[in-house]
Amino acid sequence: MTALSVALRALLAARVRALLTILGILIGTSAVVVVVALGTGARARISAEIANIGSAAIFVFPDTGMRGGARSGSAELTDQDAAAIRVDASAVSGVTVWNTLRARVHSNFDSYRTSVMGIDQEYFAVRGFSMAEGRTFSDSEVRAKAKVVVIGSTVKKELFGPEPAVGQWLRIGRHTYRVIGLLSEKGRTPFEDQDDRVLMPIGAWRSRISPASGQRVQLIMASAKTSAHTTRAEEQIRLILRERHRLGADLPDDFVVRSQEGFRRAQNAILDMVTGLLGAVALVALFIGGVGVMNIMLVSVAERTREVGIRMSIGARETDILLQFLVEALLLTTSGGVLGIGLSAIVSRALQNGLGWSLRLDGGAILVAISTSILVGLVFGILPARRAARLDPVEALRQG
Amino acid sequence: MTPLVELSGVGRDYLVGGSLVRALVSVDLAIEAGQFVAIVGPSGSGKSTLMNVLGCLDRPTRGSYRLAGVDVSSKDADERALIRNRLLGFIFQGFNLMPRTSALENTELPLVYRGVGKAERRRRALSALARVGLEARVHHTPSELSGGQQQRVAIARALVTDPPLLLADEPTGNLDSVTTYEVLALLQALVREAGRTVILVTHEPDVAACADRVVTVRDGNVVSDVRPTAPEDAQALLLRARLRAEQVGSS
Repeated sequence: MTALSVALRALLAARVRALLTILGILIGTSAVVVVVALGTGARARISAEIANIGSAAIFVFPDTGMRGGARSGSAELTDQDAAAIRVDASAVSGVTVWNTLRARVHSNFDSYRTSVMGIDQEYFAVRGFSMAEGRTFSDSEVRAKAKVVVIGSTVKKELFGPEPAVGQWLRIGRHTYRVIGLLSEKGRTPFEDQDDRVLMPIGAWRSRISPASGQRVQLIMASAKTSAHTTRAEEQIRLILRERHRLGADLPDDFVVRSQEGFRRAQNAILDMVTGLLGAVALVALFIGGVGVMNIMLVSVAERTREVGIRMSIGARETDILLQFLVEALLLTTSGGVLGIGLSAIVSRALQNGLGWSLRLDGGAILVAISTSILVGLVFGILPARRAARLDPVEALRQG
Repeated sequence: MTPLVELSGVGRDYLVGGSLVRALVSVDLAIEAGQFVAIVGPSGSGKSTLMNVLGCLDRPTRGSYRLAGVDVSSKDADERALIRNRLLGFIFQGFNLMPRTSALENTELPLVYRGVGKAERRRRALSALARVGLEARVHHTPSELSGGQQQRVAIARALVTDPPLLLADEPTGNLDSVTTYEVLALLQALVREAGRTVILVTHEPDVAACADRVVTVRDGNVVSDVRPTAPEDAQALLLRARLRAEQVGSS
């Protein structure tokens, strides 16, 4: 208590100096806090995006890349590939396939360019879509390649506005389709707006939207039983497809298997690198702030050598003097830390609104700010404080 | 009866620019409780070094120093800090008060280091300030006080722990003659009424004349130790000095 009031008085006596030193710490701690907030925010966003798609999701698509200068023309996936995975891959709980074509869709009110997708019955379960209104396709509609569609909320907004969409008619190309269902809103992923789509049974899609596509599918999506089964499921899918495509041991895959787990790992690796780099810069800023504290504390000790001598003459022990100057340094750094939380809140909001970065300033970030500022105070305050405590009383009294 | 202060064969050497300076050669000195002792000598005689040793601010190079029966020459820094806090009170030429700090807080400071509680600290500090006649100035900071008043705050600070020994290093060096006698009268009264011991370093014969005993130091040794039969009464000298000041003022 007394050490605190002495420190406060000493700092108030040199206000400008104290404020400038605090400014240095403030910048350092808020840099650290912003980096921490950036890391937690980005990680949370990646997790949320993955949870949205399903953490156990595995995507398989044909590898249409160039290989050895020649295009591997045979690379394609079919309904039969999907069926084989469904039957033989034990780590897989569900498989769906879909084809997509960008097309202009007309309603009575407006027209809009969107993804027209041909899907199978498992699509809703595997992708985790549910219905906001209406219903999905019945088996007879699938068999009959009926002209019915289910639409996403973005499409509904564009084509029907506030009007109810279920029961309305849509035209795609030469054909007219009845809207029988509206998907519940699912939001955006990094790749797409999940609500921007028109769905129809894949049979209907193949005969009316893209008659040339045959049995080909653009994408097979499988979901592993749990996210822990992902690696095994990926391996099983690869083996099944290699066998079906009659790929010899010397030939590379003509398809690509991507899992959400892999995506998460890749994203986190990038994130670790970026936050590591930014963190290093923030620590440098904090270090410079700490050097500022040490510098100003050394000045303070030099200026108050005589005061130290007086205090010693009336009975202050070395630890009393040490504590006095350490408390002063801590007061500088912790007030910098507390103000740093304020600054980082402002910076976080600016980055969020201005650049669309997701930052999360939570209790952890505040704890980081307080603990780093205390640590800086201790590390950079101890040397000046020891210098004061080790003064010889006779020499100290002779000063000034 | 054991003397309060007992120096035997105390010497203090310094290394200055590679050569050895013997500030104190060999001092034997015993001071009984209840004495007002003046230490005099020309500058460079070693009287300040003697004072630093007596005040446990410095350790003798050789010899032994017993204070209140305790050998303090062998104590470490923290133990010496404790001795300064418990047994000693310092009064300096330059007053040495904390700037921007009220008379009351300055006086409380030794009790802070002793770990005395706030209310008790305040009570004792107020009573010490009353003893030196500054009860009306307790909330003034040093810059708002005259030199004589500042020195009385310093005396109150030395008194507040009720130490057996007060050490005054040229306490009147920065004061005019009226305030000099004020301070001396106060120190004399403290010795007479409460049986305290005061050791005062000075180079002014007028000041030394008020002491019960005058120890002269030269070249690091005690060269004379006299007890005047009739020390000057500082209170009487103060009245005379005041009268003279008034006459000068009115003429």
